[in-house]
Amino acid sequence: MTRLAAFFVALLMIGFAQVSQAQEALDVSEIAPGVFVHIGQIALMAESNEGAIANVAFIVGDDAVAVIDTGGSVREGRQLLAAIRARTERPIRYVINTHAHPDHLFGNAAFVQPGTIFVGAKTLPRALATRGPLYIDAFRRIMGAGLIDEVRLVPPSLLVEDSLTLDLGGRALTLRAWPVAHSDSDLTVDDEQSRTLFAGDLVFLGHIPVVDGSLRGWLRIIDALGAWPAQRAVPGHGPVSAWPAALSDERRYLDTLAGDIRGLIARGRPITEAADRAAAAERTRWQLFDDYNARNATAAFSEMEWE
Amino acid sequence: MPRLALRPLCTALSLLLAVSFAPANATKAYDPWPGLVQDLFNNRPMNDGADIVGIEMPARAEDASLVPVTLRSRLSPSDTRRIRTITLVIDENPAPMAAKFTLGPDANVTAISTRVRVNNYTNVHAVAELSDGQLYVTRIYVKASGGCSAPAAKNPDEAKAHIGQMRYRQFTQAPEAGASGLREAQVMIGHPNNSGLQMDQLTQLYIPAFFINELRLSQDDNLVLAVEGGISISEDPNIRFSYVSNGARHFSAEAKDTQGHVFQHEWPVDGSGT
Repeated sequence: MTRLAAFFVALLMIGFAQVSQAQEALDVSEIAPGVFVHIGQIALMAESNEGAIANVAFIVGDDAVAVIDTGGSVREGRQLLAAIRARTERPIRYVINTHAHPDHLFGNAAFVQPGTIFVGAKTLPRALATRGPLYIDAFRRIMGAGLIDEVRLVPPSLLVEDSLTLDLGGRALTLRAWPVAHSDSDLTVDDEQSRTLFAGDLVFLGHIPVVDGSLRGWLRIIDALGAWPAQRAVPGHGPVSAWPAALSDERRYLDTLAGDIRGLIARGRPITEAADRAAAAERTRWQLFDDYNARNATAAFSEMEWE
Repeated sequence: MPRLALRPLCTALSLLLAVSFAPANATKAYDPWPGLVQDLFNNRPMNDGADIVGIEMPARAEDASLVPVTLRSRLSPSDTRRIRTITLVIDENPAPMAAKFTLGPDANVTAISTRVRVNNYTNVHAVAELSDGQLYVTRIYVKASGGCSAPAAKNPDEAKAHIGQMRYRQFTQAPEAGASGLREAQVMIGHPNNSGLQMDQLTQLYIPAFFINELRLSQDDNLVLAVEGGISISEDPNIRFSYVSNGARHFSAEAKDTQGHVFQHEWPVDGSGT
């Protein structure tokens, strides 16, 4: 009987934990009518922050809701879902992933239900297939099995070839897939009603930009991106900011990095020197500089050697 | 009640399973190196190679798909032995033998730099075979990258687009080095150097591995460096090396990949070394 009693106590505790977890909602602010954003912590994904480092958002239309990125764990995804349910009962029709990185889509599994359509750039399924299993292995090591075992790679079923308009009922979202820049599957979302551009990781503020696609590609599209008509941008990392002023820090970093790398290559210096020296002038201007700059420099060097 | 009665049994079973699978799970405790010595080196004796060859790599693999590595000879010029081959082994990679470099007998190659994929915390070994027939091993430890870095192509369409392109570059040397014939050069080959661990979305079949498996660099007809490569070499294989010129007027590269393509190129050598 003792065992039986303990069993029921355990059941109760599990139930309680799940209820309290379901009710714990992500902290979001309404930056414009019907537009809610959670600003992620500027940090690396860790067990302690449950992967909640990227900005995630949702937009409420007359008929339905669209979610833009789902966070770095299913736990964060559930908290985002709770934040949505605390504000509207309208169905979640779309879950949009701005690219394949784990901090933006490890929460997808929290939103899988009939009637919800996952949306991404046409290159997102390939990126998920080639990188997804590696991300899961790597982040199980970093964040622990408790957070990562429930992560599911949910590929988009609605693909954006170039651009696509989604209707939430009286509210149109324009999605645009970009050539390789921050990553090989970058997608932006424009809410015309509030003139807000959700830039995903094509825009970083405060958090050093991460080059996991092509530095040259990023610099090629940055003018077209900056010309996008919007009043404000929600970056992938960092605060909501006026547009296109939000791009200026990132543009300066990417230009500096490219210039330094080209100089090193022209002088015949080895790739290891790029990791130490390129964009050193930017060190004090960004958070997480030492976590990403050497990597950006190494990747950019190997790309620019072919110029 | 029968369900409850089953629970201890299940627990016992899972404990048993946990015990029997422990070696596979406990990656930190499991050292693949002894098995690699058997598989790659036929269990030949390994001597301490600290004075023979050095491995230079960053302590952390900043970018999992692109980790610079330099192998440098530590043999003193007065040593009568020479390095015949250096095998680079990344213990925890899916294909641990990253590359085997064969050094041309007359080229006096003293440093070789390339870039490799590293996805996990791993030991990296360099095994040199000297002209005395003995093997000498050195080792360093590399931490895996953090963040969203993966040992996969960043720009897969671009990688396909420049397949087979080859570049040669000779680096500027100090005047005294030029006079002694010492040269530093680099060969780049455009190739996805595909791991074969990726699934084709349309067919749901794994894409076959597709990589450069042989590279031969020569000055006129004399071997400078030959490389047997695998999927641990980064996309667009890139080799930078120092060697001594035999006065040749041409440098050539011949690469073969696993689909039987042969890529060949020859470049004139700048005699001054600058």
